[in-house]
Amino acid sequence: MEFLGLLNYWIIVVLMMTGFYIVIAHNNLVKKIVGLNIFQVSVFVFYITMAKVKGGTPPILAEGIEIYSNPLPHVLILTAIVVGVATTALGLALVVRIRDAYGTIEDDEIEAQENEL
Amino acid sequence: MAAHYPALQVVLALLAAPVCLILRRPNAAWAVATVITWISLALALSLLGRVWETGVILYPMGDWAAPWGIEYQIDTVNAFMLVIVTLIGSVVMPFARASVEAEIEEERIYLFYCMYLLNLAGLLGIAITGDVFNLFVFLEISSLSSYVMISLGRDKRALTAAYRYLVMGTIGATFYLIGVGMMYMMTGTLNMADLATILPAVADSRTVMVALGFLTVGLGLKLALFPLHLWLPNAYAYAPSAVTVFLAATGTKVAVYAFIRIFFTVFGGVEIFTAGVIPEILAVLAALAMIGASAVAIYQTDVKRLLAYSSIAQIGYMVLGISMVTVTGLAGTIVHLFNHAIMKGGLFMAMGCILFKIGSVQLDQFEGLGKRMPVTMAAFVAGGFSLIGVPLTVGFVSKWYLVQAALEKGWWLAVAVILVSSLMAVIYIWRVVEVAYFRPPPKGSAEVSEAPLSMLVPLWILIGASYYFGIDATRTLDIAFAAAESLFGGPL
Repeated sequence: MEFLGLLNYWIIVVLMMTGFYIVIAHNNLVKKIVGLNIFQVSVFVFYITMAKVKGGTPPILAEGIEIYSNPLPHVLILTAIVVGVATTALGLALVVRIRDAYGTIEDDEIEAQENEL
Repeated sequence: MAAHYPALQVVLALLAAPVCLILRRPNAAWAVATVITWISLALALSLLGRVWETGVILYPMGDWAAPWGIEYQIDTVNAFMLVIVTLIGSVVMPFARASVEAEIEEERIYLFYCMYLLNLAGLLGIAITGDVFNLFVFLEISSLSSYVMISLGRDKRALTAAYRYLVMGTIGATFYLIGVGMMYMMTGTLNMADLATILPAVADSRTVMVALGFLTVGLGLKLALFPLHLWLPNAYAYAPSAVTVFLAATGTKVAVYAFIRIFFTVFGGVEIFTAGVIPEILAVLAALAMIGASAVAIYQTDVKRLLAYSSIAQIGYMVLGISMVTVTGLAGTIVHLFNHAIMKGGLFMAMGCILFKIGSVQLDQFEGLGKRMPVTMAAFVAGGFSLIGVPLTVGFVSKWYLVQAALEKGWWLAVAVILVSSLMAVIYIWRVVEVAYFRPPPKGSAEVSEAPLSMLVPLWILIGASYYFGIDATRTLDIAFAAAESLFGGPL
């Protein structure tokens, strides 16, 4: 049952490696940004998972409830999500500019053009 | 009022950034940015003075007591970093005006100043905060704004440089975030001082060791530790000159500071240095950076790129000092943070002046530049001496203490690496000097034309400082040694 108990962590590892692999292996600049997003999301899930307290409810104050999940990681991740959105927006904006300048968003074609300069 | 200086240090620049956005007029934005950076410098100096006299300053943000609230903890190390960042930030401002006008389209200039202030706020935030998650947020503020500033470069390669930096920088920051998460899992706190007291009890767990690994790699990416430096050369080479000066002098330095903070304060109670092989790994990577990056620098034809590779080698020196884990070594690193900031800032400013007049920093364009731009080239040579480590320069001071620290440890190989790397610096500086002074200027070129005074004066302030603090290094060394001792928890 240990595997099931750690299911979230397995998902996190798979997501993280998938995202990381896309960033490294893919040639397309937009796909790289998508990979980066998946990579970041795995970390968000990681924080949310560790905030879970066994038997705890969502951290909303209510009568008759004693155990709450830890709200702090939720708040931290809210910040990290904002940072992630900003990064994605900036990354995509750069891709638009790169396409204007180079006429392509394939990494190897850009590199070939750069080597000619 | 004075009690709130720690908050003002960050908040001023953070609030001034949107003001630049609203003003839109280049000159108004420049004026706002200049005033704010100079006030920040005054704040940083007064904080350093207070820390020097009365010891650590604790400032709970919004009066929420630590460890629940975010607390700013300012000791000698932070205060010194604040001074380095604001000093460079304020010297760059007069320089930036003419340089930015020449290199960035007019309708984007106000955006540059907006990003510049955001970057300043981010870097100051990293240096001042005592909370590991808060550090992540400031790290991202400074990184995001630096991607934008790099992409403002005229060359289209600036765009791809910014994109690559964005991808690698985000991976670095996310790694750092994973590390912070794992530490939080084990300790339930994010406050650095609190972490330092709780971590030793759980240090044997694999989670904490993995956290340390993630933190090391994440910050290693940010500070361009070999072999994680790939983003740096293009980013520095194609960014606008003022951006290169500011980033080269402060960006990686603040990341080195964060690295020191994690290793010596947060993990201060954990025997990470004596038990593992971490010092050896760091020392080997540092040595590879010092030799490898210097070797690559020798073969560069773009002088800005040459200096960028030299920066990677200089980061090697700093990491070497950290890897020794002695007060002398760490003091060498801290004093080199300051020394390298002023000399590399000066050298990149010289590049800015040449770009302003000649429009290119390709080595073949330097022919006869010794005669055509004597003031700028004299500054370049003077800064080059400092990079090599000639006595009476700041470069000599930091190398002297690093060599001494290496001798204390009996690391003869490290001494050899420092000397070889310095000799290689002689070669790459000489290549530029040779072209500039010993080749005739191309026919039909204007005789003498220098960049405007507003660029030359900041250039000579930094170059002059690199001699002033080289001849009389007592002040910087006192601070560096006090900082190193405080990191080891009092005099050893």
